[in-house]
Amino acid sequence: MGQTLFDKIWDAHVVSSKEGFPDVLYIDTHFIHEVTSPQAFDGLRKAGRKVLRPNKTVATADHNVPTWEQHLPIKEELSRFQVETLAKNCKEFGIEFYGLGHPYQGIVHIIGPELGITRPGGTYVCGDSHTSTHGAFGAIAFGIGTSQVEQVLATQCLLQSRPKRMKIEVNGKLQFGVGAKDIILYIISQITAAGGTGYAVEYAGDTIRSLSMEGRMTVCNMSIEMGARCGLIAPDETTFNYVKGREFAPKGEEWDKALAYWETLYSDEDAQFDKVLSFRAEDIEPMITYGTNPGMGIGVTQHVPATKDIDATEQLSYANSLKYMGLQDDQLMLGKEIDYVFIGSCTNARIEDLRQVAKFLKGRKKADNVTVWVVPGSKQVEQQAIAEGLDKVFEAAGIPLREPGCSACLAMNEDKIPAGKYCVSTSNRNFEGRQGPNSRTFLASPLTAAAAAVTGRITDIRELLQEEELVG
Amino acid sequence: MTKIFKHVQSTVVPLPIENIDTDQIIPARFLKATTREGFGNNLFRDWRYDNQENPKDFVLNHPTYSGKVLVAGKNFGCGSSREHAAWAIVDYGFDVVVSSFFADIFKGNALNNGLLPVQVSDAFLAKIFEAVFADPLTQVDVDLENQVITIASTGEQESFEINAYKKACLINGYDDIDYILSHKAEIEAFEAK
Repeated sequence: MGQTLFDKIWDAHVVSSKEGFPDVLYIDTHFIHEVTSPQAFDGLRKAGRKVLRPNKTVATADHNVPTWEQHLPIKEELSRFQVETLAKNCKEFGIEFYGLGHPYQGIVHIIGPELGITRPGGTYVCGDSHTSTHGAFGAIAFGIGTSQVEQVLATQCLLQSRPKRMKIEVNGKLQFGVGAKDIILYIISQITAAGGTGYAVEYAGDTIRSLSMEGRMTVCNMSIEMGARCGLIAPDETTFNYVKGREFAPKGEEWDKALAYWETLYSDEDAQFDKVLSFRAEDIEPMITYGTNPGMGIGVTQHVPATKDIDATEQLSYANSLKYMGLQDDQLMLGKEIDYVFIGSCTNARIEDLRQVAKFLKGRKKADNVTVWVVPGSKQVEQQAIAEGLDKVFEAAGIPLREPGCSACLAMNEDKIPAGKYCVSTSNRNFEGRQGPNSRTFLASPLTAAAAAVTGRITDIRELLQEEELVG
Repeated sequence: MTKIFKHVQSTVVPLPIENIDTDQIIPARFLKATTREGFGNNLFRDWRYDNQENPKDFVLNHPTYSGKVLVAGKNFGCGSSREHAAWAIVDYGFDVVVSSFFADIFKGNALNNGLLPVQVSDAFLAKIFEAVFADPLTQVDVDLENQVITIASTGEQESFEINAYKKACLINGYDDIDYILSHKAEIEAFEAK
């Protein structure tokens, strides 16, 4: 019987497999950042252990960093201490650190791919749930806790039980104004925030295949928002062309050898999945979330579901969620006034996201009542945006381009949404308080966020744009 | 060496809410510590206190309910991979979390910190909530060796699943790193391939 893509990669990384024990899985690259690593390094010190393979560990600072005036010391004392602690730990254990001011600094899930560290067939972990992003290259990549960060630092391996396999197919032509973010928000809205728990999810179908590498990363990024262990997409020409020539990508003969292997990485025709789901691209509208988990999303033209239509056991939580968001049963989302727009995060802060937003904003201005933050995902994205003059377009629209970091995705740095305020956000989580205590988040695509920035309201991007404007 | 866990009998703290994410368990602004201790003070911070630090109407502020067992709605621990969520629950004084469904990463983090996630059926979860709301002194008994959870007052029981390896780790206080390092030769052989 044939194998799934997931099983091919897993099997190629098993160091030891014993009945009754989780597998010992080899990790090709371990990404670390300042928030979930300090206690792991402490653990190593206490036990007198070393980092087994420092050259397979890559560190950056992203969660705590300010996105304005990064050349100055970090103002917030605890944030500064956490970033300095990472720098110190990296030095002590011999790990490369892309800290503030380094040309490779950025959000950990943006820099891995753009540096050519993330490759087809690899295994990647990080103490961050959005590590699933790297699966877009046809790799196994998932988030881990700090005890496991310590484990990987000490052994370059992870104890893991093999998850079940799910295939999610999307076929057909996307409507105009609909992109990768809408696809994944739609899938999660259909299968719920727990619908993928226990599974490794392979995304397939011609709609997925038609996405750029960056679009695929957006899809895989949010796999964790349906609970999936990881998400992955079989590599193809799009993948190989993206990786080729990047800083740490294989070169010359090494490239040819790698490519020959990567071309074997797909699920065989007769591979068995534990679950298969299928969706039609034509059914997907520009999406918006209305509640407090990423499964609570609808098409932007639709009404908020009524509490009475929700499963009886979940009505209490559902009603609490709407109350928190200040929304009513059956309310129309279109036209809802908003206060902030955040375009950034490991979900949507790559150069294509910024290009798409800039193209729309050209000749337009942000609404007076809205604060808009555009935050590039990495130093390289920032430099590219400036080289292409995108910063000038944003400026003309009344939006200064900020500096790279996780920013308003999680309220750990200075970029926070104030209590009670509404933010249309291209990030990945709309949990209570996620963007700041009592903040209210509407998750959406970069285009839907940009439309809200211009009108100050939740807006159907298709009303503002002619189809030809979006092409190219 | 991880914390040893075998058996707990205790009153419970009921939290009948679904999809409790780790941002609720411990908000991101409290993740700036570089040690594992002290997170319990900020467990469910924004549900416990308003922005003036006044206690809100929330079960942890309710003198009626206390104990070493937290009982919560399905999909507990979803969202961020922050192990700080498990540290906060342990630091507050819980030994067990009962739910009808756990998010994967949280479950792993809990097990690595001597916090036992007990997954029960929706029906059994409803029975626990019913018993506790009828009588806050209701105790549950969690027996890891036999993998059974019992509502002490009614004697109703359900068995629960746990990975055999992780069970042995909890009962004996084994450490994953020691186990992996016992494969050092295999790791080096793998790298040489």
